[in-house]
Amino acid sequence: MKDKPTIPRIKSVETRYLEERETLFRGLQNLGRRGFLKVSTGAAAAAMAAGVSNHFHSFLPVNVAYAAEGAATPGFTFAYISDSHLYIKKTNERFVRQLLRAVDDVNRLDPQPDFVFYGGDLAQLGRKEELDLGAQILKSIKAPVHMMAGEHDWYFDLGQRWNELFGAQTYSFDHKGVHFVVLMSVVEKDFWSARGMTPAERMHTVAGLDNAVQSAFEVGAPQREWLRKDLEKIPTTTPIIVFSHSPLYKLYRPWNFWTDDAEEVQALLQRFDRVTVLHGHTHQVLTNRIGNIQFHGMLSTAWPWPYAPQGLPALTVQMNRPNPFDSNDGLGDGTVAVHPDGLVDKLYNLWNRNPMQVKASYLSSGGKSDVPTAPTLASY
Amino acid sequence: MKKFGSLALILLASMLPAGADSQSPSPQQSPATPAPGSKTVKLCDNKTTVQVPNDAPRTRAEGQKISDALMAQWKATNPNNDWVQGEVEAHQVVTPADNSKLIGTGQSSTYGTVTKQDVQVWKNETYKTAVYGSTVFHSGDQLGSEIAVSCDMCHPRAANTHPESYPKFQPQLGRVALLRDMINWCIEHPVRGKVLAPDDPKMRALEAYIIAQRKGVPLDYGKR
Repeated sequence: MKDKPTIPRIKSVETRYLEERETLFRGLQNLGRRGFLKVSTGAAAAAMAAGVSNHFHSFLPVNVAYAAEGAATPGFTFAYISDSHLYIKKTNERFVRQLLRAVDDVNRLDPQPDFVFYGGDLAQLGRKEELDLGAQILKSIKAPVHMMAGEHDWYFDLGQRWNELFGAQTYSFDHKGVHFVVLMSVVEKDFWSARGMTPAERMHTVAGLDNAVQSAFEVGAPQREWLRKDLEKIPTTTPIIVFSHSPLYKLYRPWNFWTDDAEEVQALLQRFDRVTVLHGHTHQVLTNRIGNIQFHGMLSTAWPWPYAPQGLPALTVQMNRPNPFDSNDGLGDGTVAVHPDGLVDKLYNLWNRNPMQVKASYLSSGGKSDVPTAPTLASY
Repeated sequence: MKKFGSLALILLASMLPAGADSQSPSPQQSPATPAPGSKTVKLCDNKTTVQVPNDAPRTRAEGQKISDALMAQWKATNPNNDWVQGEVEAHQVVTPADNSKLIGTGQSSTYGTVTKQDVQVWKNETYKTAVYGSTVFHSGDQLGSEIAVSCDMCHPRAANTHPESYPKFQPQLGRVALLRDMINWCIEHPVRGKVLAPDDPKMRALEAYIIAQRKGVPLDYGKR
């Protein structure tokens, strides 16, 4: 190494942009109350240099984790990765690479998130080889990982391999004063038996987002009963964060951006003061509020979905239309900052673009304050 | 060979010998040469045949029997003949314009007097092209994808394909792109398949499907 001649390093515009973005993120992640001024000044400079001044205000307090008197939680962050749709590596190496990129992202977070949540659809066709590959990759995540199942994980062997690898698909846990619930919201009524489908045919049918042969997603009565019991002894002041693969509301039935018994599930959650639902499946920035329940989508690492032609919640500020010439555009991962009051700011870490943050205050104010920057090119 | 429907039956029925009498022997599936005292009736695929006794009664009912026998034989050798229905059950395809108002009208030029059958044929053939496009759109195999990716994985129901916005200058290509240029770009890159010639039946069908799904949206070429 020491014999290497010193050549002046010329950095490309892209390299400089990425470095500045990196500095900005590091600064924001390390943000504490005392460091606030220092970092925000530096961040502002970096943001200006990177040409993100329009977005700057929208992702300033990423991690405001300090304890307030009588707060529900000391505040913390967790990260998420979702919808990787892995084939085996021989079939499709691109999706594998993209999941690895997300794993690198969360491993580089400093400070580390309290845990990483995986939002479902780890596999594309629910095969053992795909799930095993996904499990192996996720093992390199430094923080603890919590898993959720998606329909692509499920409908080849009806969850058998997924359960072997990751345990129960429905569960709850408590973390720093917040009650977390993980649901299996992509239960489908049996459409396959009558048609005499093989497991592979059943999986292919469910894997097609616009395939009308399949049934609507639902949580189903047994799980709703489980949820009712699980929440029974929790005081209404405890913040609740629910994970579901499909959005726990009715957006667009032809693509199963939908949960058929959403109202029943929402009814079980309405008595709590602060409820947040995070969902996968939609592969896009998606924001909604129904009563006291705030909803956020998760980004995919495989491909982005377009916005549904109908039913888009009024509070959703669309992410820019993905650039088809950039195979990583519209994809990413993200972090969730849980405030002391238990509500969350949701950061969409969009690869190759500026991040987008949707704050609890945006939702609480009914879209009046902290409005995310509007996209240049929305859906057609 | 997936092109037969009720039209074939109608044509066959009209081909049948008219009149005659006596009992009704069922038409026999054809051997290589017609049996003595019978003649060969061929389906419009120019392959499928049945033997009809020369003394078969010349009634509509008998004609229907011959036609049914031909179609039954054809369906047995073409098991995927209901592919349109199968595809439409899985993937909604927008139906083409309804031209039934034209039936029985006209100045007796151009297409002459438009019949119900004309309108049906126009609709069926147009729709079938779009439905074929839907099968290609939803199949990594048909697209020749090396990585098991198909169009619908980013464009459910052809969403966000916006055919109405072409032609337009595509800065990433450095030139004006037509819809087919973008289809081929996607086939080559995200899908990692083999690009299609502009007149390839699959390309024509993909264009038909994508345009069908945007029915009613005003053309706005050059739109970003």
